[in-house]
Amino acid sequence: MNALAAVGEALVLIGTFFYFLSALGLIRMPDVYNRMQTATKSATLGSLGVIVGVGIWALGTDFGSAAWLTKTIVIAVFLLLTNPISAHALIRAAYKSGIPLWEGSVMDKYREHMEAKAKAAEAPEVETPEETPKEGGEE
Amino acid sequence: MIGINIYLALIAIATLLSMYRVFRGPTTVDRLVAVDIMTTITAGLMVLFALYYQRMIFLDVALVYAILAFGGVIAFARYMEGGL
Repeated sequence: MNALAAVGEALVLIGTFFYFLSALGLIRMPDVYNRMQTATKSATLGSLGVIVGVGIWALGTDFGSAAWLTKTIVIAVFLLLTNPISAHALIRAAYKSGIPLWEGSVMDKYREHMEAKAKAAEAPEVETPEETPKEGGEE
Repeated sequence: MIGINIYLALIAIATLLSMYRVFRGPTTVDRLVAVDIMTTITAGLMVLFALYYQRMIFLDVALVYAILAFGGVIAFARYMEGGL
């Protein structure tokens, strides 16, 4: 076993351990928002470790070539870009469909933002001093 | 190549734990989150299979599987939101 195979195997071990931690967080966390938080981050890190680790590991074997590392890096970058997007869409759907937060939650920034926006849309003529044109514009 | 059995066992345990959340989950979005994690784990598992069987074609299978799973999760999220 040469050095490349050892480095790749260590990366794969770290990645599978993060897979295990992500599934454990899926069991242990109290509500769907916390579950999505722990599951997305550690599953993304775990798949990065496993996939890039397999690419480096294959370079150290007798059948591997540089195409293995290229293809695995393509898959890893794709997963790194699309996992946050799917997590965002799922959590937005959960919030819009009315799933309540855990009773121990202390902060709801999205509701505060929506309330502030609704209040601003309700009374627009009270506080819009910037829309009055400055006298003597371009003449 | 001996250690790959340990990694496959860890991935199997992770899949079983998220399968528990799929069957148990109180709401629909809980089940969707668990299925999303299972698809991510399955993409990594296919890459490991490519090394185990020494076939590079499994890497293409993993890439296509990741793309299709992403599209499916986005479609389900839009459906839950009421936009589809």
